[in-house]
Amino acid sequence: MSQMETRAAVLNALRHIAPEVGEDELDPAGNLREQADLDSMDYMNFIVALGKDFGVEIPEADYPRLATLDGCVAYLAERVPQPA
Amino acid sequence: MGEFRMPSLGADMATGTLLEWRVHPGDAVSRGDVIAVVDTDKAAIEAEVWESGVVEELLVPEGTRVPVGTVLARLRAGEAAAGAAAPPPPAAPPTVAEVAEVAEVAEVAEVAKAAEVAKVAEVAEVAEVAEVAEVAEVTETPEVPEIPAMPAAPILPWDGADGRVRASPAARRLAALRGIDLSSVTGTGPQGAVVRADVEHAPRLTQLPHRPRVSPLAARMAEELGIGLASVAGTGRDGAVTRADVERAAAGRKAAAAAEPGPGPARDRTAAMREAIAAAVARSKREIPHYYLWTHVELRDTLAWLAAENAKRTMEERILPAALLLKATALALRDFPELNGFWIDGTFRPGGGIHLGVAVFQRGGGLVAPAILDADTKPLGALMRELGDVVRRARAGGLRGAEITSATITVTSLGDRGAEGVLGVIYPPQVAIVGFGRIMERPWAEEGMVGVRPVVDLTLAADHRVSDGHRGSLFLEKVATLLHKPEEL
Repeated sequence: MSQMETRAAVLNALRHIAPEVGEDELDPAGNLREQADLDSMDYMNFIVALGKDFGVEIPEADYPRLATLDGCVAYLAERVPQPA
Repeated sequence: MGEFRMPSLGADMATGTLLEWRVHPGDAVSRGDVIAVVDTDKAAIEAEVWESGVVEELLVPEGTRVPVGTVLARLRAGEAAAGAAAPPPPAAPPTVAEVAEVAEVAEVAEVAKAAEVAKVAEVAEVAEVAEVAEVAEVTETPEVPEIPAMPAAPILPWDGADGRVRASPAARRLAALRGIDLSSVTGTGPQGAVVRADVEHAPRLTQLPHRPRVSPLAARMAEELGIGLASVAGTGRDGAVTRADVERAAAGRKAAAAAEPGPGPARDRTAAMREAIAAAVARSKREIPHYYLWTHVELRDTLAWLAAENAKRTMEERILPAALLLKATALALRDFPELNGFWIDGTFRPGGGIHLGVAVFQRGGGLVAPAILDADTKPLGALMRELGDVVRRARAGGLRGAEITSATITVTSLGDRGAEGVLGVIYPPQVAIVGFGRIMERPWAEEGMVGVRPVVDLTLAADHRVSDGHRGSLFLEKVATLLHKPEEL
């Protein structure tokens, strides 16, 4: 999965939880929860959706790495096996 | 012969809009079945029928706003006639009281035949008057925005004001599920809103995500004009949407809007919710002598226990601190029945169980407080699942009437991005509200030492007619004690 595709999939997961947040309004390096107004329940659902979409189990200890859009993309790129 | 009436889904509800029928004449229904969706201004609620039988006639068309208590449908006792004699739902006491109150106020307003409200159209205004009369001693009838009782011919699904599609929560949910672009669906609900049935009949898209091919210029233009790209036929290469296509779509929409004038100013949803909340909190502050208490609960070991517990759980099964706070509150209430129940007709009536109303804020403003029934008896995992479920449905639609009316106390938890603490406004006819602020690191003194610990601000606002500060303090102490033994929650 390319970085663009990963990014699109993360945004898609976010859109299901915060449909009113526009992609172009998001600072990719800014705090996702603040920008999209996600409460702890929203954020948990977001992580669960990412885990399902990418087929990885995300431990709670890794949540801080998923605080920004860029962080999510980098983390998932690392966790998801790349095609040879 | 039975009747299905517009339910009262809260102290602040004087009228409701019948959004959607889930049954047709001739359908057999059983007690507890959801037969309609009702918009209370705060949320779209699935309304249950409380007797069994056969639907004989639907009296109120979809999209109609009517006062609480209005007969919406007639039922004929069916074969399962035994169920017809069954008592009303557990939420009955406040519901009945509210209905009575509305009827009474309507009388005061000297509106003839308020009981025969089945002929609804004229009565929509009556309810507005009743609401106003209840809220304050108004000397003159203020100007009330008129609400069209019947939807006009379907208009364009786009709401020009904010560029978003008007759609019921259930429709949004279904559309998201099926990957259907709401802007491509013709709405048949009030003000041209897209309702669930519209989405059900809309063609499914085969793939998700479903971005149409589009030139960057056309995309920007469509966004500015508030046009859904999925609804624009592309004439470019491989069916790509071009700037000219967007311009054509915009021109077509303008022409259609001119040809078909809308039914007047739409009732703004956010404004309607604010009004509903205003009515409830104004009544609360007018009638309920609140007293307030607060304390701090140190949570280091509790959160360490939770982290260890969550490490054993999969992503879906993890427990948020909010579930611990709710469970501790529910268990503590077992020893403090005077905080758990209703003040009705000048007396306190204990709740028939510990049903925690959980205040859920809505995206776009407002809040709703669905109940988690018998929260004290539920294991943490189950409580967490239910919490997730009601929060999701509170936002996306699909709460049931019983969930809205049965809370015996409310808990407001600001979550981990909220303010330090909250002193709540009691939701009448309840007699207490518990507030949790954000869990935050604070200097904490213990045994002559100061350390940094996670601490939560715990508050109680309670009705002084029923309880007093001494008992209230003991209650908060009990919650704190329980939170310090998370393994027993």
